[in-house]
Amino acid sequence: MSAHKVLRQRLITFPFMLLLAIFLVSLYFMYQRFVVGGMGAVSNLNGGFAWGIWVVYDVVIGTALACGGYALAITVYVMNRGQYHPLMRPAILTSLLGYALGGFGAFFDMGKFWQFYEIFLPWNWNFNSVMLEVGLCVATYILILTIEFAPAFLERIGSKKLLRSLNKVLFLFIALGILLPTMHQSSLGSLLISMGHKVDPLWQTWHFQPLLAILSALIMGFSIVVFEASLTTAGLHQDDENTLLVGLGRIIKWLLVAFVVIRIGVLAGQGKLGLIFAGGSSSLFFIVEMALFILPIFLLMVPGANRNASQLLVAAVCMLFAGAAYRFDAFLITFNPGPGYTYFPSAPEIMITLGIISLEIMLYLFFVKKLPVLHGAKHA
Amino acid sequence: MSKDSLDSGGFDFSIIEKRLGVSRRVFLQYCTGVAASLGLSTKGAMAMAKAVAQPAKRPPVIWLHGQECTGPTESLLRSEQPSLEHLILDLISVDYHQTLDTGAGHQVEDIKKKSMAANKGKYLLVIEGAIPVKDNGVYCKIAGETMLELTHEAAEHAAAIVAFGSCASWGGVQSASPNPTGATGAPQVLKDKTVLTIPGCPPNPANFLGTVLYFVTYGKLPPIDDKARPKWAYGRLIHENCYRRPHFDAGRFATEFGDEGHKKGYCLYKMGCKGPETYNNCPSLEYNNIGGQVWPVGVGHPCFGCSEEGVGFEKPLFSLADVKTHTPPNAFPDIADREDSSGVSITAAAAAGAAVGVAIGATAVAASRLSKKDTTDENSEG
Repeated sequence: MSAHKVLRQRLITFPFMLLLAIFLVSLYFMYQRFVVGGMGAVSNLNGGFAWGIWVVYDVVIGTALACGGYALAITVYVMNRGQYHPLMRPAILTSLLGYALGGFGAFFDMGKFWQFYEIFLPWNWNFNSVMLEVGLCVATYILILTIEFAPAFLERIGSKKLLRSLNKVLFLFIALGILLPTMHQSSLGSLLISMGHKVDPLWQTWHFQPLLAILSALIMGFSIVVFEASLTTAGLHQDDENTLLVGLGRIIKWLLVAFVVIRIGVLAGQGKLGLIFAGGSSSLFFIVEMALFILPIFLLMVPGANRNASQLLVAAVCMLFAGAAYRFDAFLITFNPGPGYTYFPSAPEIMITLGIISLEIMLYLFFVKKLPVLHGAKHA
Repeated sequence: MSKDSLDSGGFDFSIIEKRLGVSRRVFLQYCTGVAASLGLSTKGAMAMAKAVAQPAKRPPVIWLHGQECTGPTESLLRSEQPSLEHLILDLISVDYHQTLDTGAGHQVEDIKKKSMAANKGKYLLVIEGAIPVKDNGVYCKIAGETMLELTHEAAEHAAAIVAFGSCASWGGVQSASPNPTGATGAPQVLKDKTVLTIPGCPPNPANFLGTVLYFVTYGKLPPIDDKARPKWAYGRLIHENCYRRPHFDAGRFATEFGDEGHKKGYCLYKMGCKGPETYNNCPSLEYNNIGGQVWPVGVGHPCFGCSEEGVGFEKPLFSLADVKTHTPPNAFPDIADREDSSGVSITAAAAAGAAVGVAIGATAVAASRLSKKDTTDENSEG
């Protein structure tokens, strides 16, 4: 019936226990943050840096990393490349986990987190808030992803009737699943516009922010699909999806070229090229970040490299780091909220973020081993 | 806002719509706005609205021009308040105003004399421009009489006297040293009378309109300070309400036009801004009713104290102001070392490093497994 299979392997393995240990440590700090001391007790956030890694990593980078479902949905449903469909379900799962835990991560950063439900009350919306669009869109997208992933669950419990009726309307949710990330991934770029001159000139590209944000989110989305498929192959000893990943590599290559050309072109147009070589930490971070974007282009261009799975994985990881660096640099590292403010995440902050990542990987392992997620049949 | 505070008491505002050509809503909004800037309640706004809607008898106004550039009148004419020409001309009966009069010569002078005789003790006298007193005031003559004589004559039986603009209030630009004509403000000439002053070069039309509306509504002039300026408009230093004030307090100053601080909108104090010694409501009202920070400091030029006697046209443009509230300290609080900004802890650095390391390590392991797999695949295929 289904082209997907349940991975019949032991859930409790050594890496799983390691992840569990990290998660348990983070639970202690979550308790500190929510029950005992509040945000100040565990984080290094201050008047200048109101956003730390909980927002920048867990939400801004986390949701971009969770763009695999979005990137593949565009490929499969908009560009009509049905051959990539086998990668779809695991990608939807990672997107669901990434977004859900991103939303969870945003919770840590909310001073009055118990008022979270207000976002669902339209009469309380503040239309002057840049965050409203992001908040609403992300919240809705989590629901959409849950519905998109529901078939895996319904197949498992064997509810054929419900599955049939869901399949009839699923196209609507798939369409929304493409629209919503397009909106909020661009808006995450717009957040930088509203931060104005606090953002370093090399990253403050004003009205190009949304475009660069969504391009880099797509690059990260495709890369995470490659990354995840490669790790599944290597770590869970599955048949490789190499032929498919090679095709994705070709798409990513052109996305990367587009991103680099636009990024440099915008800087040239805004007369900021000189800043790249001005010395100082901003220049350094910019050069490192651009190197991470440009290196994969060469890795993917070397003839025959396409078929080399390990090289493809290295390229994908480069791009993930590049996309993460683009966001970290703009939001935190070169961010200048005024004299005297510095920020480096505290150990508890990092532990909470690591705990969330661990939880995400554990849930992924749990779902692929309990639900039909991974593609079963050998494909051409 | 309670319901009865805006209760029109069955008052019919449709006459306003007919007479002024503005909707009831726009009209009430305007009155409420004026009342708010005067610090009055909504009840005050309602009283004002009624007073304007059915003026019992429009108070006659005699408007004199002395030594000046007609700036105050120009500023008033360009006011974008809803149908100003209606509001102001329907509100008051301007019997004599050299800029606006249609007639000329003996005709208007005659009308002025008749109006002053007929409305003895009831007319509002507005003086615009300075009054030269040197050599018996021969330096400014209208219809053969000196401004000095005309002022005394008109002030004799005026119900209230308003000096509009810096020239009329304290002498203005022509009173600057060496002041060859002995230009003097109306309050200094009319020592035995109360002359309400609305200084400014040009003065903000809203300050005049608000004062006139108050006069029409309550039949008296609004509360004034020691320089006879309406307190609602001139009660505070520009410095107190300036939106660049936080930069002053934090010690962030522009030091010359176009420098880094100037581009960033820092405080203009060091460029000679006279906001700290000038009383006016420019930061809150601005000019031209278009928003967008239209007033000197808003567009990046230091205030030159146009409305303050002894400051405007007196002190050099770029000399430091005499700060009335408190002078900036010699040392500012050290914001370069904030107590809530903590450094990098060893544990945090280790944890972050470990996380990145694990990611790279895992990739390396997976990559090597994949390349081994590739080789075996190729071997088995071969």
